[in-house]
Amino acid sequence: MFQDFSLWPASASSNSGSIDALYLFLIGISVFFSLLIVTALLFFSVRYRRRPGHRAQQIEGSLPLELLWTGVPLVLCLFIFAWGTRLFYRTQTMPEEGMRFHVTGKQWMWKIRHPSGQSEINTLHLPVGQKILLTMISEDVIHSFFVPAFRVKKDVLPGMYSSLWFTPTQVGTYHLFCAEYCGTKHSEMGGQVIVMDPAEYQAWLDGRPSERNPLANGALLFQNLRCDTCHTPGPSARGPELAGRFGRDVTLSDGQTVRFDERYVRESVLEPAKRLSAGFQPLMPSYQGQIGESDILDLSAYLKSLRSSRSPQ
Amino acid sequence: MSQKPPTYLGGEYGMRSWLLTLDHKRIALLYLLGVTFFFLLGGVFAVLVRLELLTPAGDLFQSETYNKLFTLHGVFMVFFFLIPGIPAVLGNFLLPLMIGAKDLAFPRINLLSWYIYMVGGLFTLYAMLAGGVDTGWTFYTPYSSTYANSHVIAAALGIFVSGFSSILTGVNFIATIHKLRAPGLSWFRLPLFVWAHYATSLIMVLGTPVVAITILLVAVERLFHVGLFDPALGGDPILFQHLFWFYSHPAVYIMILPAMGVISEVIACFSQKRIFGYKFVAFSSLAIAVLGFLVWGHHMFVSGQSLYAGVVFSLLSFLVAIPSAVKVFNWIATLYRGSISFEAPMLYALGFIGLFTIGGLTGLFLATLAVDVHVHDTYFVVAHFHFVMVGGTVMAYLAGLHFWWPKMLGRLYPETLARITAVIIFVGFNLTFLPQFVLGYLGMPRRYHVYPLEFQVLNVLSTAGASILGLGFAMTAVYLPWSLRYGKKATPNPFDARGLEWTTTSPPMAHNFEEVPVVSTEAYERDEPEVVHV
Repeated sequence: MFQDFSLWPASASSNSGSIDALYLFLIGISVFFSLLIVTALLFFSVRYRRRPGHRAQQIEGSLPLELLWTGVPLVLCLFIFAWGTRLFYRTQTMPEEGMRFHVTGKQWMWKIRHPSGQSEINTLHLPVGQKILLTMISEDVIHSFFVPAFRVKKDVLPGMYSSLWFTPTQVGTYHLFCAEYCGTKHSEMGGQVIVMDPAEYQAWLDGRPSERNPLANGALLFQNLRCDTCHTPGPSARGPELAGRFGRDVTLSDGQTVRFDERYVRESVLEPAKRLSAGFQPLMPSYQGQIGESDILDLSAYLKSLRSSRSPQ
Repeated sequence: MSQKPPTYLGGEYGMRSWLLTLDHKRIALLYLLGVTFFFLLGGVFAVLVRLELLTPAGDLFQSETYNKLFTLHGVFMVFFFLIPGIPAVLGNFLLPLMIGAKDLAFPRINLLSWYIYMVGGLFTLYAMLAGGVDTGWTFYTPYSSTYANSHVIAAALGIFVSGFSSILTGVNFIATIHKLRAPGLSWFRLPLFVWAHYATSLIMVLGTPVVAITILLVAVERLFHVGLFDPALGGDPILFQHLFWFYSHPAVYIMILPAMGVISEVIACFSQKRIFGYKFVAFSSLAIAVLGFLVWGHHMFVSGQSLYAGVVFSLLSFLVAIPSAVKVFNWIATLYRGSISFEAPMLYALGFIGLFTIGGLTGLFLATLAVDVHVHDTYFVVAHFHFVMVGGTVMAYLAGLHFWWPKMLGRLYPETLARITAVIIFVGFNLTFLPQFVLGYLGMPRRYHVYPLEFQVLNVLSTAGASILGLGFAMTAVYLPWSLRYGKKATPNPFDARGLEWTTTSPPMAHNFEEVPVVSTEAYERDEPEVVHV
């Protein structure tokens, strides 16, 4: 029962230290105010206990005191708010570069796809010291990707990508949990995150059965699903050319613009008519039911790699 | 001495006279029975959940059963105990007495709201007997609307129906407080219990329709596959969370505001003082009611809502902490130079101050964006809201129940036994929930049937605490009914309290007062001559 017992979680990512510092500060504030209140409560309880000859003295109130105990907590709260928000902003803003992993959640497992194509279930091998970027989506209900040792958590939603990043700083094995209740085996939806030396990670990758990497798989899908018949360069094309578009703004047929990103790619594959590029007819069929979430992400990876010339890398 | 009219308990007898009564005091006792029944039910589920968590493996129940247990614990405790608890029992009984009225403004609607509450509760009970519900009390979509394989619709309808009871009670209280105050009882002479119930009623009336509609929409999606929340049908799962928390966060204040009202009364009585900073305490209730409507997004910091929405909700959540802090400081200041005695209600009230302080301070952790990312949906949250809901609301409910027990039923509860029980409950509570803060920061997610071995020590402590807590509740459930027969007869004002309810008989007569009282003093004013200003 006392095996591995501890009162403080392992601290193994670039986020851990700064979040722990703020948490400790909050504990300090809480202990201070709790002691203040309990001490006053106990002191008054003893000092002014009811006894013969002792009478209560009526006091209506005090404006300076009210201002004091409104003002001091307010200032402290604003300070904590500013600290927490700054840290949140820093940890939630996705960096441009890093190793991109795809995570798909479904009842009750995590499927993880490495940048080089290998996939695994309920276990995530990572190289230490690298920026890890996760793009996540659920195939059914809401899940939440939670690694306590990294102090990261993000809900994984059906129909919408969410993303998460961190840099593992300590080699070791850590818990991976689902934190959003997702049905019968919610508490068994999880496993391990194994952080390794980069060389070991490479060796681990090499030992896995080889799979097409997301880019190559995306290119293959682009052909097999016949995307290339319409999305070709030239004035007579029935669909917009896609090379060099990723990350830019697209003008829609109603005059609005939308960022050409993973989310737009996914929507266009599943509901092509919803936000149509300006100058094109709604001819494209929906691929709903014909393509899985993991493949859509590969398609995005492929489109992202296309520079303005048509030839894939 | 003129002949006393019969009390509201006497006069008429028989089932019929109770089930068709229009007397707010009798209806309050009907609510007391209902609320106690659902509390015991929710308590049994809590015991089973804690027993399962003694060991890391799922050895007592199947996962499906465990999930139903924590769902039913949450549903019954939140919707059928915490929300109606203090307002429908103590509020119903005391509001007319405190303002010198014969009854609530709409006695028939008051009875109707009890029937609606019972129908809703029994409907939910049916859902449980028919196979249970496994969505958690939060009914998150699309799990609840599409995937859950349990009696979601029956439970949802039960909650939907009982919502009307809340709305009707709220309307009734607002009308009563506006229109039926005794001559001379101006707004700033009202007991703070009345102010707290006024603020609560506003939330009941404004918030409840939203959750009712939301739950109905879940049922519509489940029944007719209309795409509202499930992306597979073209819906938006986050929309549900916005709608749900728009009510369910203010609902937290429906549970805690009346509790704060009770604490003000009890502290004023047992320290023989006026409440320090009366107006600040009164207005802080309204501030909480208003700000409480603007903080729902703090339940969604990691849900994928925009970063900027998160920032706004975080700031507003910090602001809502201020009026609560103001109340705590004013209660402490009330003790200063008081004449304090420690009967059971006061022990509960002092316990409330300590526990609610911890509950409130840990709320700041959750309002802090970066820290919430880590502790969201862990046992830290479980510990936090049990500190507020059990350490706060349940403590205050017990304080109030003991304080007004002689008034309500005409008998004194056994004092020594009640004090011992209060201490047992306090110790049991802390042992149950303090370890859960640590568990949460370690990373144990809530709603986990099985968990890693290293979390076991803290879970065993928590379960041990729960058994002590359970013992305390069980003792209360024995000695309070016992006192009805064997308790000493109560005088009109056994605790030397102030307030109109103490000027009439214990228990009060059917129409509360022999003649309409006229008020010429401030709330809690005592005969002591000197009123000093500091």
